[in-house]
Amino acid sequence: MLTDGVNITVLAGHYGSGKTQIAAFLAAELRKRHERVTLCDLDIVNPYFRTVDHRALLESAGIRLISSAYAGSNVETPGFPPEAASVFDDPGVVSVIDVGGDDRGALALGRYAEKLTGNAAILLVINKYRPLSAGARDTCEICREIENAGRFRFTGIVNNSNLGAETTAENVLSSLPYAEAISQSLSLPVVAVSVMKGLERELADKIEHLWCMEIYRKWVSL
Amino acid sequence: MSEKILIKGNEAIAEAAIAAGCRHFFGYPITPQSELAAYLARRMPKVGGVYLQAESEVAAINMVYGAAAAGVRCMTSSSSPGISLKSEGLSYLAGCDLPAVLINVQRGGPGLGGIQPSQADYFQATRGGGHGDYHIIVLAPGGVQEMYSYTRDAFDLADKHRMTVMVLTDGILGQMMEATATENGEQTADNRQEKPWAVGGVRGERARNIVNSLYLKPSELEATNLSRYEKYKQVEETEQKYDSYLLDDAEIVVAAYGASSRIAKNAIDEARSKGVKAGLLRPITLWPFPKKAFAAAAKKARAFVSVEMSMGQMIEDIELSIRCSRPVTLCNRVGGMVPDPAMICEAILNANKEATA
Repeated sequence: MLTDGVNITVLAGHYGSGKTQIAAFLAAELRKRHERVTLCDLDIVNPYFRTVDHRALLESAGIRLISSAYAGSNVETPGFPPEAASVFDDPGVVSVIDVGGDDRGALALGRYAEKLTGNAAILLVINKYRPLSAGARDTCEICREIENAGRFRFTGIVNNSNLGAETTAENVLSSLPYAEAISQSLSLPVVAVSVMKGLERELADKIEHLWCMEIYRKWVSL
Repeated sequence: MSEKILIKGNEAIAEAAIAAGCRHFFGYPITPQSELAAYLARRMPKVGGVYLQAESEVAAINMVYGAAAAGVRCMTSSSSPGISLKSEGLSYLAGCDLPAVLINVQRGGPGLGGIQPSQADYFQATRGGGHGDYHIIVLAPGGVQEMYSYTRDAFDLADKHRMTVMVLTDGILGQMMEATATENGEQTADNRQEKPWAVGGVRGERARNIVNSLYLKPSELEATNLSRYEKYKQVEETEQKYDSYLLDDAEIVVAAYGASSRIAKNAIDEARSKGVKAGLLRPITLWPFPKKAFAAAAKKARAFVSVEMSMGQMIEDIELSIRCSRPVTLCNRVGGMVPDPAMICEAILNANKEATA
């Protein structure tokens, strides 16, 4: 897994690209190999879909969740939990940081930019099937906006191209050239392709770094 | 139709407005509709359109009034408390017979309420909201694909009838993401009707148009009301729209719109597996309410269940449509809480038991 030797993994990207789902997945994967895993929710953009919706699930899996005291409370304030600083200062902890969407969300991470040193993987999450990031050029533009706002540079790309529940293996395969174009243009490696559980059988022999995710939903009966 | 994209309900509405030829959007942020404005802030400049964040909801609706009077396709959007603020403007738009599109992504109320989904603005939407005798057309999409297609339709309906059309949705549909087919390219709005009544661009070539809702002579004001209601009669006759699920042999008819209707479908399957013939009648137009479909369903059904995220609002239209000829019960959650399939199924089973007793 890419996170070997890394103790902070940051997920940033376009609004609705899948950062929160991937963050939860990565935290669960890391927990299999590390005793102390923290998932840190630094989303100051979206009050509706938050990691805190799955707090019980995460905590039962032995993952510490750091989230604003206001997250999910409907009186959202764009503030950080004070404990957030601990993920940067405690070398014994392996952390995943979920950053809010677009440049507005990344602005918040700038607060900790100087602490994101060599031991951090900073991943750009992309989805070819989202309307404003459907073109490689648009995605690169969004990438630069995020980097400038957050005062950091990405170290890799996660290709999370999907059409929600309707995603087929074909959809994933046809997103590979898109991810490749972005990778070339930004000079960043595609570190993984993330898909929902069920698609791995058709894709495992075609894609090298496949992350197979359980999808967490807020409203289960729709 | 193009390849599908993964899009939020709020974004689908924004994209549909552009496809419908809307190039004038006046917004103001409020959860859970803010993505709609944020999306258009990014998209409108790229298609040569105007995105303007107004200083308030009241200002935004009055900008719509001006743009509509000038004859362009225009839209504003908000969520429940913001729609209350826009209600005065709605009345003025109606008084001037101006076509406009208004989006309401409902949240819990009354007052400041909460930010979680709700359907408690049914009365406000279908009974006007503002002062005076008037109606607006109200469309209730049931998913992201329909948020796209009915928003497009909303612009056509608005122009056709010179009315405000509201797309009434909620925090669930606004926030959820679904694979959705959109249309390729930018539409140049060829389907736009001529608007000989619009103001602007006279250049000495024709008489001036005046857009105004002030009539100080009661006889004149009465005449405008009467002719407007002739139009509404036509709209009621021709624009009723609904969808159904397992309705043909249904003895218990579940009525639900928007997000509630999706949950109700699961409950109907569950009730059928327990031997109760349940079906769904889903209003797509809330005004005009699909009275004919309900009257027809009442001939075969033994009882109705109104599933709402409100305290019993649509239930009144059901009872009126079927002239109280069958019992109608309410199954609801409010304040941002969402009914689950189990409680709807129980309501169906109870309605069946009562009807059999």
